[in-house]
Amino acid sequence: MEEKIKEIIQQYKGDKSYLVPILQDVQKEFNYLPKDALCAVSANLSVPISRVYEVVTFYKAFSLTPKGRYQLSLCMGTACHVRGAELIASNISDILGIKEGETTADLEFSFETVGCLGACALGPVLVVNGEYHGHMNIAKSTKVLKKLGKKGATDDE
Amino acid sequence: MMSKMKSFHELKSVQERLKASRDPKKPSVTICVGTGCLAYGTQKLVDSFREELAKRDLTGKIDFRTSGCHGFCERGPMVVIGPENTFYQRVGLGDAAEIIDKTLLKGEIIDRLLYVDPATGEKIVREDDVPFYKKQTRLVFGLNFKVDPKSLDDYLAIDGYSALAKAMTMQPEAIIQEVIKANLRGRGGGGFPAGWKWDETRKADGEPKYVICNADEGDPGAYMDRSLLEGNPHLVLEGMIIGAYAIGSHEGYIYVRNEYPLAVSNIHIAIQQAREAGLLGENILGSGFSFDVKINRGGGAFVCGESSALFASLEGRAGEPRAKYIHATHRGLYDKPTNLNNVETWANVPFIINRGADWYCGIGTAGSKGTKIFSLVGKINNTGLVEVPMGTSLRKIVFEIGGGIPEGRKFKAIQTGGPSGGCIPDKLLDLPVDFDELTKIGSMMGSGGMIVMDERNCMVDVARYFTNFLVSESCGKCVPCREGIRRMRDILVDICEGRGQEGDVDLLEKMAKGIVDGALCALGNSAPNPVMSTIRHFRDEYEAHVREKRCPSGVCKALITYSVDPEKCTGCTICAKVCPTKAATGERKKAHVIDPEKCTKCGACRESCKFDAIIVR
Repeated sequence: MEEKIKEIIQQYKGDKSYLVPILQDVQKEFNYLPKDALCAVSANLSVPISRVYEVVTFYKAFSLTPKGRYQLSLCMGTACHVRGAELIASNISDILGIKEGETTADLEFSFETVGCLGACALGPVLVVNGEYHGHMNIAKSTKVLKKLGKKGATDDE
Repeated sequence: MMSKMKSFHELKSVQERLKASRDPKKPSVTICVGTGCLAYGTQKLVDSFREELAKRDLTGKIDFRTSGCHGFCERGPMVVIGPENTFYQRVGLGDAAEIIDKTLLKGEIIDRLLYVDPATGEKIVREDDVPFYKKQTRLVFGLNFKVDPKSLDDYLAIDGYSALAKAMTMQPEAIIQEVIKANLRGRGGGGFPAGWKWDETRKADGEPKYVICNADEGDPGAYMDRSLLEGNPHLVLEGMIIGAYAIGSHEGYIYVRNEYPLAVSNIHIAIQQAREAGLLGENILGSGFSFDVKINRGGGAFVCGESSALFASLEGRAGEPRAKYIHATHRGLYDKPTNLNNVETWANVPFIINRGADWYCGIGTAGSKGTKIFSLVGKINNTGLVEVPMGTSLRKIVFEIGGGIPEGRKFKAIQTGGPSGGCIPDKLLDLPVDFDELTKIGSMMGSGGMIVMDERNCMVDVARYFTNFLVSESCGKCVPCREGIRRMRDILVDICEGRGQEGDVDLLEKMAKGIVDGALCALGNSAPNPVMSTIRHFRDEYEAHVREKRCPSGVCKALITYSVDPEKCTGCTICAKVCPTKAATGERKKAHVIDPEKCTKCGACRESCKFDAIIVR
């Protein structure tokens, strides 16, 4: 891990002002920001760990916990909101049994809501591992989850 | 790779050579690959076009171009066939072969891919004749059609960077005077005159001076800056270099949202190309002037669109703003004089330099010159990016260009200015849109998001939505914003959930005043706008929630019940099928019922009912 982090920092020539992009690259590498990684960034960039932690907890893009195999991002931009994104969010939460921002215990699904993705014509939009599913509605979101192997409440009986 | 150009003369001859090599009569295919169209899966269409062209030995014989966003996102994937500019919309991902064989080779029109004007039923062949485009003034955004964002040649072939060459023959002060005269106002929200900012920064003591492009477009529902940056990055870059030259800056930054990967990648490529061509870096075009640009990706914090928070983020810290009694033009990034403008503002600069302030002032209203790009989204038929002269009426934007409200529903309000803006009711639809008029009625221009709402949207819910957004985006530094907005949110949640009390609306108004006066930065002191404007124009909806515990639009879950209209229900059983709690039941071909005890108000039945038989009250 240390080696990889040194390599990333090297790409930014060890410039402290690139702390945010450096952490973004580290997160991309490890899927989240493990504690050891933060310590390594702190040591190699000569930035106090408290500062690193402050930055990590300030910006939404960072996660201190591992993400699931399927990362679901539901757009909550205004255009999606007025087209009923909130109802879809509660449907997904209900089916997965987790709140937004959480990951299922089996590390299969992470569910987050995000600010505008700028694909408003397709709204409401659900992104699964980078793939866009547009014109979402409640029934469709259930279908998407079902396809990924998660059975909805309606199928229990 | 282009060799380094060392003089204005050399630039001119490269432009001429490229222009001469382009034949406007040559058959061409242009496919929009903006983020919106890519989300439709357009990349597959592009690949299949390349493959089919190669199969027919046509590669190189036709101009094949992938371009940035055309703006009509509603109708993607979009393909334009030249030289006639035949416009195909909602193209199937497997339609490439047919388009090549019929339209490109034989000139036949494929009927089913044409746009049909819903107002007249007429099929429209040419792209420029589509009403959505025809009624716009596509000055800045229009260039997106003509260039592949990854090609410097394309940009040079439309005389790109000639404004830079012209500017560098001018005195820096003269450039600034031209921009002041053009009254170019900041497109990012505040509408501050860009020329004055440039002038202040130029005159300020301290070195180095920084020039920054703010591409942290955080307003939900606004994506024009992204589309400019990813669709025509050289235009933005050219504006920045001109600004840097006028100000006397040698170092610049582009701060762009990490959520915009395509924009990051395209501007990255553009910077590389510009450096290699001698348009950026040391001794630009042999003029002796040097300027370089770095890219910094944001970390996903709305507050970082605020200039002082953005500086903190650029310095590698948490993005907390500071009080602005010292202007950034004197002490900004690293406490040095800094000039910050947003993407669209920079993109306007080359036009002003090329054609002059007098020409620019011919567009727009007395106080707001030029055009503005809006992203028209929400409950609207033609979702997309719209560029119109300042002063165009909301009615024209919504009904003529936007094509009105889907499913024949009634227009209720349009929200402008993002979370800092306000909601505008139908009685103000004839308002000419410019910086000052929007501010007068309690909204603002913001970065240009326009979210259309219909009768099924609850205005209290919308106010709660924006306030909730701002609660989670408040950086927490100052108390009025951190605690005040949260408290307002709590009151709004109470109202939406049926716990509203007499006097709550007055209290909201009082708190709003306190926050406006007390908050440290623009995020805080504009945060009450969505609440204030909805109270101002839709007070009756608040009162229905508080006094009658009723949500007239049928949105607020705690205040509504679902039932079935037995007159309309055909007994198709779809509601029973989709209901996750088995609250909707009934026999085939007989009217269904919903058990209010079991119903969780998830909305699944309403969205799936084809007969509009679900009543929400």
